[in-house]
Amino acid sequence: MNDISLKDALKVVGTRPIRPDGVDKVMGRAQFGGDAVMPGMIFGATVRSPHAHARIKKIDTSAAEKMKGVRAVVTAADFPDIPSEEAFVGEGPMNFRDLSLNIIAREKVLYDGHVVAAVAATSNSIAKAAAEAIKVEYEVLPHVINEIEAMAADAPILHDDLITAGVDPKPTKPSNVAKRIEFSTGDLEAGFAAADKIVERTFTTAPVHQAYIEPHACVAAFSPDGQCQVICSSQGQFMVRAYCAKLLGLDISEIRVTPSEIGGGFGGKTLVYLEPLALALSRKAGRPVRMVMTREEVFRGTGPTSGGTIKVKIGAKKDGTITAADAEVILQAGAFPGSPVQPACMTCWAMYDLENARTIGYDVVSNRPKVAAYRAPGAPISTFATESCVDELAREIGMDPIELRLKNAAKDGTKALYGPTFQNIGYIQTLEAAKNHPNLKEKLGPNQGRGVAAGFWFNIGGESSASLAINEDGTVVLVSGSVDIGGSRASMAMMAAEILGVNVERVRPVIGDTSSIGFTFLTGGSRVTFATGTAVCEATDDMVKQLRGRAAKIWEIDADAVEWRDGAAYPAGDNAGKFEPLTLADIAAKAARTGGPIAAKASVNAQGAGPGWGVHVVDVEVDKETGHVKILRYTAAQDVGRAIHPAYVEGQVQGGAAQGIGWALNEEYIYDKNGRLDNGGFLDYRVPVASDLPKIDVALVEVPNPRHPFGAKGVGEVPIVPPMAAIANAIYDAIGVRMTSLPMSPPKVRAALDAAK
Amino acid sequence: MSKTHVTCSINGEETEFLCESNQTMLDVLRDDLGLTGSKEGCGSGDCGACSVLVDGRLVCSCLMFGPEAEGTEITTIEGIATGDKLHPVQSQFLKHAALQCGFCTPGLIVATKALLDANPNPTDEEARYWLAGNLCRCTGYDKIMNAVHAAAAELRGESV
Repeated sequence: MNDISLKDALKVVGTRPIRPDGVDKVMGRAQFGGDAVMPGMIFGATVRSPHAHARIKKIDTSAAEKMKGVRAVVTAADFPDIPSEEAFVGEGPMNFRDLSLNIIAREKVLYDGHVVAAVAATSNSIAKAAAEAIKVEYEVLPHVINEIEAMAADAPILHDDLITAGVDPKPTKPSNVAKRIEFSTGDLEAGFAAADKIVERTFTTAPVHQAYIEPHACVAAFSPDGQCQVICSSQGQFMVRAYCAKLLGLDISEIRVTPSEIGGGFGGKTLVYLEPLALALSRKAGRPVRMVMTREEVFRGTGPTSGGTIKVKIGAKKDGTITAADAEVILQAGAFPGSPVQPACMTCWAMYDLENARTIGYDVVSNRPKVAAYRAPGAPISTFATESCVDELAREIGMDPIELRLKNAAKDGTKALYGPTFQNIGYIQTLEAAKNHPNLKEKLGPNQGRGVAAGFWFNIGGESSASLAINEDGTVVLVSGSVDIGGSRASMAMMAAEILGVNVERVRPVIGDTSSIGFTFLTGGSRVTFATGTAVCEATDDMVKQLRGRAAKIWEIDADAVEWRDGAAYPAGDNAGKFEPLTLADIAAKAARTGGPIAAKASVNAQGAGPGWGVHVVDVEVDKETGHVKILRYTAAQDVGRAIHPAYVEGQVQGGAAQGIGWALNEEYIYDKNGRLDNGGFLDYRVPVASDLPKIDVALVEVPNPRHPFGAKGVGEVPIVPPMAAIANAIYDAIGVRMTSLPMSPPKVRAALDAAK
Repeated sequence: MSKTHVTCSINGEETEFLCESNQTMLDVLRDDLGLTGSKEGCGSGDCGACSVLVDGRLVCSCLMFGPEAEGTEITTIEGIATGDKLHPVQSQFLKHAALQCGFCTPGLIVATKALLDANPNPTDEEARYWLAGNLCRCTGYDKIMNAVHAAAAELRGESV
C-alpha cells in the first residue's frame, strides 16, 4: 500500500506536529516513575555495601525491625535462590541467577553499592533511618577494578564457578574472563604483508553512566490473589514483568506492569533493580511500596557501560586501500558476566568493505556495578579505537580522511565481518553529506583542528503489538506496547494518521500496560519506530480494509468497489460518483448497524531493520595551557531511512552526539584504592551542560528501508558511536598529539602535551 | 519530630503546610502538596530539575528547607501557564521539539522564564550559561536554545 519512493505524496509523515504528550510535559503534569501513588503506600530504602568485595558474615535486622513505623525488612533470604538460566528478556545477555544476585547480594557483595537489604516504612525518613540501623558484618576480600588486572593469573576471583567460554581447550580453573569471542575473515597476515603503511595502537576508555536525569523509581503492590501491580519507569513493561515473575517465583499473569513516563534511559533502564525489592517488601508489609533511588545510588548501583582496553592494527596501500584490519577488545562486564563485547566486535569494522579482518573480544568481570546497555552498547568503545587508527592511517598516507573512508566504504553487497550482506544502506551518501556540509568550509585558527569519524549500529526489529479503535465520533485511539522514550508516540500517531488519511490530532496514541496490549519487546536497539511502527501500520491497514467493508455494507456494493482516500470511503470503478463519500465519522456513527465496534490489531516479529550509519565532523580548540578542549562546531550526518518526525529524529542525533562529547571529554567512574566510587554525583561526574556545547548541525540522509512501510531505519544509537574518535582526531589536527585514553580531560591533554615535548 | 507550620504563596494561592524542619521544599511540594511537576534528579543542586522561583529568584527547591518558605511567594512549573493558556516559553518548547523524555523540562522552563524576566534579549552565550545549571541528557540543548530564543522574541512582541 505504501510506495516508499513516493515521499512527496506523504501528508503527515515527514512533518513536525506538536507531540501528543507535550502539553503535559511542559506543564509539569506528566507522571514519571517517582510521581505514582497507590492508596496506603509506604516507602522503601536500601542498604548497600560499602566494600568492593566482601563475604557477608551476618545481617542483623532486629534493631530496624523494632523501629516505630517500619513495616518490612528483606534480605536475599526472602527471594528464591534461583538456578543459572540464560534470560532473553532485556537488551544484551543476562542470566536470571546473576540478575537475582545483582538485585540483592546473597553470600558475597561484589561492588561498592551492591544491595544487601531493603526496608519499608511509613515515611521516607523512617525508612532511611531503619536502613542505617541494619548492621551487616563483612569479611573484606581483595578486590580488582581494572579489566587488565582482573585478567591476571593472581587476580582476586569474583565467581568460583566462572569458567571462560569460547576457549579451546576448556579451562579447568575459574577466572574473571567470562568469555572470548572472535569474528574473522580472509588472511590477516597476507593483508598486512600487502600494506604500505601500518598503524598499531592501544586505547583505553573509562566506564561512563547513562546518566538519565530521572533516577530509577517504582511503586509496587503485592497481592496474594495473583493481582500484583507495578507502576514504574523502565524501557519495557513486559521486561519488568518477566524479570519480577522469575525473581519472585510468580506466574507472569500474576503481575501487571503499567509504564509511567520515563525520564531518560539510553539502555540503562532495560534491567530491573528496585521492582523486585519493592514487591518483596510489599508482600511482607501488606502495603504498596514506593522506591526511588538517590542519584548516588544510581551511580553506585546501576548502569554504567563498560570501560575497556582496545588494541588495533590496520594496514593500507599508498592509494588508501585497506588491506587488513585487526582489533582486540577487552571490556569490563562489572560484577557479573555480560559486557557488550559482542556488539563492540560486530560494529567496529562495519563501515569498511574488508577482505582481511578480525575482531577478538573478552568479557571480563571485576568489582564494579554490573554494566547495563548504553546506546549502541559497546560500539562507541571499539569504534573510538578503530576510527582513531583510520584517521592516523589517512594522515600517514596523506589522504583526506573522508576520501579514505569513501574508498573503502561498505556498500550494498558488502559482506560484514559479523555475517550479513548489507542491502539498501546509505553509508556512502552519508559520507558525501558530511563532506558537502558548509561547516567544512569554515577556516580554522591556531590550536584549532577538525576531526572526522564514522559509526555504525545494526539496529534491531523484533516483537511488537499495536491496536486501533475507532471512537463513536470517528476519532481514533492507538495503543502500542512500546514505552515512549523520546517522542515515539508522535511517530506512531503520524504513521496511523497517514494511512487513515486524517489529521494527526484525530489519533490519540497511548502506551498499553502489560494487561491491555499484546507482548512487545522493550524500547531498545533503536527498534520502536521500525518494529512497533510496522505493527501500527499493519493494524491501520487492516482498519482501512474494515472501513471499506463497512462503507460497502452501507452502500450495498462489493468491498472491492470501495476506495479509501483522505480519511473517507469513495465508491470506485463502476460505482464511482454514485454515492456521497463516507468519512470516518460517518462510518463510526453507523457502526452499530454495520457489524458493531470497529477495531484492529497487529502483532509482528519485525525483521529487516536497516542498519544505521553516521559520519561526524567536529572542530575543536585546545587551550594548551589548561588542556581544555572546546567544541567549536559540530556536524552530524546520518542515514535514517525515512524521518517520520524529523524534529525528533534530529533530536536523537543531537542528543547522541552530546552524550558522546561528554564521554570523550569529561565523564568517567573514579574509584579510590578501596574500590569505592569517588564521584557518585553530578557535581563530580560531569555531563555536558548547555554552555559546554555549540549548535549541533544535523544532516539527515534518507535511503529508505524497504522492510518498513515508510522506509524508517533505527536512529537513536548510531549518533553516540562517532564522537569520541572524531574529537580525538580533531585534537590531533589541532595540536599534533594523539590521545589514546578516554576521557580526554584537561589533565590528560596537558600530560600528553608535556610528553610530546 | 515536631513539625513547623508554614504559610506562603504558591502559584498565587495562599498555602499552609506542616513540615519537618529538615524536609526539603521539593519534598513538601511533591509529597505533601501534590505538586509533582518539580522533579528530583540529584538532590544536590546540580541538575536543576527541581527549579522554582522564590520571590522571583531561581532556586533549586531540593536545596531549600520547607520552613524557609515562610512568607515567600513561590512559583512552580504548575504556575507558569495562565489557566490552560501556555506561557510562551512552554509553547515554544513544544513548537521547537525542545524536549525528549520531558523530565528536565519543568526545571528548564522555570529557569528559562527566570532568564527572560531578567534579560529579555539574551545572547546565545548568555542563555547557555544561565541554563548551565539545568541538565538535559536527551537533547544536546540545541533545540532548547532555539526554543529559548523564540520565546524571548515572542515575549518581546516580535513575530516568530
